[in-house]
Formats: sequence, C-alpha cells, structure tokens
Amino acid sequence: MKRRLNIMLYVCAVLMSGEVFANDAAKSEGTVPMQMISEGDSVPPNAVSDEQRVKNEKLYRQRCGACHALDSNRIGPRHRDIYGQKAGSVSGFNYSEALQNLDVIWTDVTLDEWLKNPTAFAKGTSMGFRLRKASERKAVIQYLKSLSRYSE
Amino acid sequence: MQDITRNLSSRRDLLSMTGKTLSLAAVSLVIGREIKTASAADLSQDIAILNAAIALEHEGIAAYQIAATSGLLQPAIVDIGVAFQGHHKGHRDILVKAVETLGGTPAIEKSLEEYARNIKAETLKNQTDVLRLALDLERGAANAYLGLIPSLGNDFHQIAAQMAADESFHAAILANALGEPIPKAALLFG
Ligand code: HEC
Repeated sequence: MKRRLNIMLYVCAVLMSGEVFANDAAKSEGTVPMQMISEGDSVPPNAVSDEQRVKNEKLYRQRCGACHALDSNRIGPRHRDIYGQKAGSVSGFNYSEALQNLDVIWTDVTLDEWLKNPTAFAKGTSMGFRLRKASERKAVIQYLKSLSRYSE
Repeated sequence: MQDITRNLSSRRDLLSMTGKTLSLAAVSLVIGREIKTASAADLSQDIAILNAAIALEHEGIAAYQIAATSGLLQPAIVDIGVAFQGHHKGHRDILVKAVETLGGTPAIEKSLEEYARNIKAETLKNQTDVLRLALDLERGAANAYLGLIPSLGNDFHQIAAQMAADESFHAAILANALGEPIPKAALLFG
C-alpha cells in the first residue's frame, strides 16, 4: 500500500514537472520539410539529400509499410519502379478490377490524387488508406520517385 | 398547392406543368436508381477494403507464427507474441464475418513460406531483430487502420478504430521491450 502510494506520488511529480507532457509539437514527425530538388545538370532532378531520404523512408515505413514492400507483393503490390509506370502493372499481384482498368501513369500528380483518396480516384479499389497530410504525400511520392528507374 | 390550381388556368401552363411533373418523376426514378447502385457499389467498396484488412491480419498472424518458432526468442517474449497473435486471429474472424455478411468472399491466406519471404524472415538474426520487425508491422497496422476509416462505410468505423487501438497497444509493449523512449508529441499514430 505504502509502495503504491509512493509510485503515485512519483508519477504526479513527473507529471507536474512537465517532463512527460512537454509541449513539443514542433518536433512532430508529421512535418516534413519542403522538397529539395536540384535543377543542376550534374544532379538528376529526383535527387534528394541523404537526410531527406532517411526521413522519407521512415515515413514510408510507418504509413505504407503495413501493406507494401519495395520488392515483394504483400497486401499491396511491390513499390520499386512503380513511379512512371502504368497503374495495375506489377506482375504477380492480384489487383482489383478497379486498378486493372485504371488508365493512369503514376506521376507526382496522379499519386497525390490517389493517396489523398484512393477510393475516389479508382472506385472499388482494395486500398482504402488515405494519406491526409499534403506534406506527407509529397515526401512519400519523392521516396517512390527516388526508387524508380522510370522517374524521368 | 394553391399555386398549381392557379397555373392550370391556361393551356400553356398546363403543358409546362405536365412537363415539370414528368421530368420530376423521371428525376426521382433516376435518383432512385442511382441511390440503389451507389449503395451496391458502397457495399463492394467495403468488401474490397475489409478484404485488404483480412490480408493484413493473415500476414500478422503468420509473422507471429514465424517469430514464435524461430528459436530466437526468450520464452517470456514468445508468450507475449502468442497473446498478440491471438488478437490478430480475433480481428481476422471479425473481418471475415463482416465480409461474409456483406455477401463477399473473404481473402484467403498465403503459405507460411510466402509470408516468410515477404517479410524477409531470413534476415532476422536475434530477438531484437524480431521485436523490431514486430514493432514495425504493428505500428504500420495501427496507422493503416486509422487511414482507412474515412474510406469505409459508417458501420465499420468503430471496429476499424478498435483494431487500430489493439495494434497501438501491441506497438507500445514492443517499443517498451526495445527500450524506445516515449514519444513526446501527441497523436502518436495516424
Ligand atoms: C491497408 C493496406 C495499405 C496501405 C496502408 C497502403 N496501401 Fe497502397 N495498396 C494497397 C492495396 C491492397 C493495393 C492494390 C489496390 C487494388 O488492387 O485495387 C494498393 C495499391 C497501391 C498503389 C497502386 C500500385 C499499382 O501497381 O498501380 C500505389 C501507388 C500505392 N498503393 C501506394 C501506397 C502508398 C504510397 C502508401 C502509403 C502512403 C500505401 N499505398 C498504403 C494497400 C495498402
């Protein structure tokens, strides 16, 4: 009993000290800095800094990683080289009719629309997951682009 | 009502009224049909999304199976994994029932070997690797369920949220086992 009281007192002390609930919204992972695209000739247009790439990859893992992998078909199709390709064209994946019939090439614009609301973009698709934040869509699209040989 | 009687006073008005009545009837027919087709489409939309969730649960169940039999885990960790796997089986059963109720065919599971390949089980060398993978999958699953709520019909919002809550519970335990610090900012998922 006494021990439990001590623990409670400790918890209260921690709470009051503000350590646990420090107002730290600025550090939220949801914010992704602006895309860095080099226009220089020597650097491919889809080049991103290493730091940005690590951030994009982490975000991709957290948002898409439950269903997608780069090199294997899981709940959704594999993602390497998907950017710049026609929708519904990964071999060995069992697409919905909606995706099979979707006459779209995956680009910055089409991916953004898709991720905003896939079931509106292709009614009947089995991907219901929406990525609400524009900054996150941008980061994830940048990541997919960096992993595709069709990104030019 | 009064307006109609007054409008009937001239032949032209009568004609135009008939026209209006007809087109109104036509409109309600069309709308009626559209509402019907829309709800059928919504049903198959829900079936498609729920089936992807079933596929997710199948993979989760398989991942815990692979982990539990890997020989890489301490017995206490195996027990935790088996308990979490039980939750995923519970999710699967609820989702399968929902898809069947909607008149769909539930997604079937793949072979354990295929799941092992897909999650790159061969790269797991020790308990920490296994816990990391489990954490990644659970965190991803919590986010996945939260992200598909707005695409699902209202009937399934709560169950999807409940499943997201279960996955985030799993993620919290796994993160703690890995010694990860508590995230500071609110809204940890979604
Ligand atoms: C809940 C599981 C799930 C999550 C989470 C998810 N997806 Fe998907 N995704 C799918 C499924 C299932 C399909 C196949 C859709 C179909 O056949 O209708 C798909 C298809 C796609 C396609 C079309 C692929 C093609 O070959 O045309 C793209 C692009 C895509 N997803 C990107 C993403 C990205 C980026 C994320 C993360 C922001 C994400 N998805 C998150 C399940 C998911």
